[in-house]
Amino acid sequence: MAIAIIILLLIIGTVIFHFISPWYFTPLASNWSAIDNTVELTFWITGIVFVAVNLFLVYVLFRYRSRPGLKAEYEPENKKLEGWLTLATTIGIAAMLAPGLYVWGQFVKPPDNAIQVEAVGQQWHWSYRFPGEDGVLGKVDTRLVREDNPFGIDPTDPAGQDDILIFSNELVLPLDQPVKMLLRSKDVLHNFTVPQFRVKMDMVPGISSFLWFTPTRTGVFDLMCEELCGIGHYAMRGRVVVKEPDEFKRWLARQVTFAQTQSRSAGDAALGRAQYMVCAACHGPQGEGNEGLHAPRLAGQDLWYLQRQLKNYQHGVRGTTEGDVFGGQMIAMANLVSDEQSMQHLLAYIGSLPEPARAKADGDLRRGQQLYRNCMHCHGEQAEGSFHMNAPRLAGLEPWYLSRQIVYFRDRVRGGHPDDFYGAQMSLLVQSLRSEEDIDDLVAYINSLQPAQLARRD
Amino acid sequence: MTQTAIAEHADEHHPTSFVSKYIWSQDHKVIAIQYSITAIFVGLVALVLSGLMRLQLGFPDQFSFINPESYLQFVTMHGMIMVVYLLTALLLGGFGNYLIPLMIGARDMVFPLLNMLSYWTYLLSVIVLLASFFVPGGPTGAGWTLYPPQAILPGTPGADWGILLMLISLGIFIVAFTMGGLNYVCTILQARTKGMTLMRMPLTIWGIFVATVMGLLAFPALLVSAIMMMMDKVVGTSFFMPAIISMGETLDHTGGSPILFQHLFWFFGHPEVYIVALPAFGIVSDILATHARKNIFGYRMMVWAIVVIGLLSFVVWAHHMYVSGMNPYFGFFFATTTLIIAVPTALKVYNWILTLWKGNIQLTVPMLFAIGFIFTFIHGGLSGLFLGNVVIDLPLSDTYFVVGHFHMVMGLSPILVLYAALYHWFPKVTGRMLHTGLGKIHFWTTLVGAYSVFLPMHYLGILGLPRRYFGMAGTDYIPESAQLLNANITVAAIIVAVVQLVFIVNVIISLRSGQKAPANPWGATTLEWQTPDNPPKHGNWGPEAPVVYRWAYDFSVPGAKDDFIPQNVPNSAVEVTDAAAFAEAGK
Repeated sequence: MAIAIIILLLIIGTVIFHFISPWYFTPLASNWSAIDNTVELTFWITGIVFVAVNLFLVYVLFRYRSRPGLKAEYEPENKKLEGWLTLATTIGIAAMLAPGLYVWGQFVKPPDNAIQVEAVGQQWHWSYRFPGEDGVLGKVDTRLVREDNPFGIDPTDPAGQDDILIFSNELVLPLDQPVKMLLRSKDVLHNFTVPQFRVKMDMVPGISSFLWFTPTRTGVFDLMCEELCGIGHYAMRGRVVVKEPDEFKRWLARQVTFAQTQSRSAGDAALGRAQYMVCAACHGPQGEGNEGLHAPRLAGQDLWYLQRQLKNYQHGVRGTTEGDVFGGQMIAMANLVSDEQSMQHLLAYIGSLPEPARAKADGDLRRGQQLYRNCMHCHGEQAEGSFHMNAPRLAGLEPWYLSRQIVYFRDRVRGGHPDDFYGAQMSLLVQSLRSEEDIDDLVAYINSLQPAQLARRD
Repeated sequence: MTQTAIAEHADEHHPTSFVSKYIWSQDHKVIAIQYSITAIFVGLVALVLSGLMRLQLGFPDQFSFINPESYLQFVTMHGMIMVVYLLTALLLGGFGNYLIPLMIGARDMVFPLLNMLSYWTYLLSVIVLLASFFVPGGPTGAGWTLYPPQAILPGTPGADWGILLMLISLGIFIVAFTMGGLNYVCTILQARTKGMTLMRMPLTIWGIFVATVMGLLAFPALLVSAIMMMMDKVVGTSFFMPAIISMGETLDHTGGSPILFQHLFWFFGHPEVYIVALPAFGIVSDILATHARKNIFGYRMMVWAIVVIGLLSFVVWAHHMYVSGMNPYFGFFFATTTLIIAVPTALKVYNWILTLWKGNIQLTVPMLFAIGFIFTFIHGGLSGLFLGNVVIDLPLSDTYFVVGHFHMVMGLSPILVLYAALYHWFPKVTGRMLHTGLGKIHFWTTLVGAYSVFLPMHYLGILGLPRRYFGMAGTDYIPESAQLLNANITVAAIIVAVVQLVFIVNVIISLRSGQKAPANPWGATTLEWQTPDNPPKHGNWGPEAPVVYRWAYDFSVPGAKDDFIPQNVPNSAVEVTDAAAFAEAGK
């Protein structure tokens, strides 16, 4: 008896939960309303079957519960009933499968007017490529990936020269324009998912996969990796921004082509020396840093990282969040090297500075080593940093600076700006540090690391 | 007809010492208990792991022992242990071993030594698996699907030692399964007692039989993929490894295909779902019929449904790969085969309920679990129709909808059947009844608790919550309330996990001081309840093996005095109250 009532309550509860649940599809932002409709249809068919079959179960449990004098019937088979049930089930299945396959037929054939955009996945970042004026994406090969060619574009393929490269986790797309996303990966499996677009597809190293959609609503949408890709999986976030076609064109025009990235000239350290005099006031004549002035050490840091930070300051991505007083001071300074050439000179000079002696840090190195396991995949076993992982060198940074940045990331003082992707990622990642003690131990361990060689990255 | 010569002489080989009786035992019943205890132990480990992962999901960043690395390790080990080392081992190694000889009237498996080796090899695979918790870097955190390249590259927990131990352990497990599986198949085909035709076998045996044949065909795909991945890792081959820049370093691999692994894995992995489900289907059929005092409805269709599901399950594997990047045109084929498999599966559900219909339903504890299974299996089966329909898989794949679905259909459902089976056969195995009151507490909390764990997950999935995420902070489209729901799910999950202790306590109390079980407490017809001793002794049948005269479902036969007629009772020995009606029913 109780079982009949409880199952009845579970049925009612399930139906109520379905209708009042605030957790349902996010508002659609693409052409794929047909997918939502197929889901809706499936909900109705399966929902009716769920309620009907279970209600019959409840009835049977109630009606034929054991009572004195009740005897079961003996009926081994009922061919007619079984035949009808088979038929009804088959019809119900076909009613769901047919529309499903019809919509799938649309998905496998992108429309002819779709533009091609490539998304490249890597642990744990995104980058994108547009075909340029010729409308053709140049050939790529993972084995061609270098620091000056992160996409692995074949330099001998003329189609690749005008490819437009987006070195950011943010992709901008035009409204109402069908887009065929070509997907590939440089390392492990990833997945391209924008929940509001409904479609998703894995990104597989070695092959190119695709999906297509037409954005139907301007706005900013989270891009998620939905294929497990290692410990940073949950922090592999990107963003798709859908803009009016005019705005999109202006944005695209500001991006660099592959040819442009190949013709950048290196800076001259001798010319950069003069520019560095301004920096020396706080960061020290040898770039050794000054805790009293809240200026971190620059000597020994990866130059690509310093460049990114200078640009972040220039564009208000760093130093503008509430609480980041010292970052705020850097904005004016960074604007002193606002032209590309002088920035390259400055970086070249910083790159020529010798690495200063280490400071001391107290902490439990064994615990620190354990905690560092979550950092080492990007920052390197010796904290030497990795251009390919977008992870700066940590070895040699002063302990006070490291702890302060960790706390900043944790409290979103740093990484709070919507365009600071790598900072936002660090905010997610430092959450595995639960206490001040954790931070001290980790910093002490990082401080104890001595990368074998000073990798110079210009 | 199939009475074997070995069986006739079984009396001469009764083991005498404690060691040969309980440790190096070749008695299928002892081996079954060894398998069961080991599987339940390792299942409890997996249960604890699921609790740890739920703690992080429900209350993020509160527990210092859970970081992204350990979280993925918990996820991976929970999944692999539950699917392979608990469900497969307990259903086939445990119940298969115990029930096959007893239900078909054999004295033991046809290869008792092989049977013993099967268990000890299984135990070795469990030890190797658990050893990976203690190696540098810990166990693998690649997800239970172990997809390369990430499973063997830095950036994934346990990519050095953990993954190797996992692959080795799987290899050992498959050896153990093959030894056991060949034994089950041969025993069912060769050692049935006189009169036990195939179409008189209880559905439990049909389920175990077809599942075992499937396992023998499916596990080799996993074995070769494990060996190939190990070679990629250790020797530097490139079966699954294309050219890769890993952590900024160009690897030497070139030309391999990660999707090849997925095909091999799911060629095993999908049949594996039915390797778990079919024995459960069979067991639940027999429990429902027995406790409803009614014949199973549509026995022949039930048998054919098992066989057809078994066959079809080998041509649906790529429905796990709709968004894997494989040629999208495969989607048409695999969506069609997948939805076709729903027809025989639905028929089984109808037939279970129609078995209860016009029955005389005894709400015993095993029956409650069996009815609970019908409810959760309907839910899990229907949500499968979403994911199998290729285009609906686009928004739902890799979200919590998938997690909710497969936990409902192949987590909760088979586990409810396992409990039904444990409560049902415990009196036969131990000679004592399990405590009914504790059993009911266990059942109600498990059913309602686990349903409230897995039902909401479907909706989180529709919302777009991705699975295998350590933390969800920093997403705009997920409302705050989703975290609240996650916290509730965690609370329910912890309650369900703790309540499983009630079962353990029940087993211990009942073993020590439980009510003595009569020989056939449920009034069952199948042979295992007709043994001369309770629990059955070595050799099962005493001097004379039983002879079978009827199918396993002669419940409430018109004209018969009792409401059940055991399979080994000839018509002439049935006490009849209405001879005409009895003769009529016999037709």
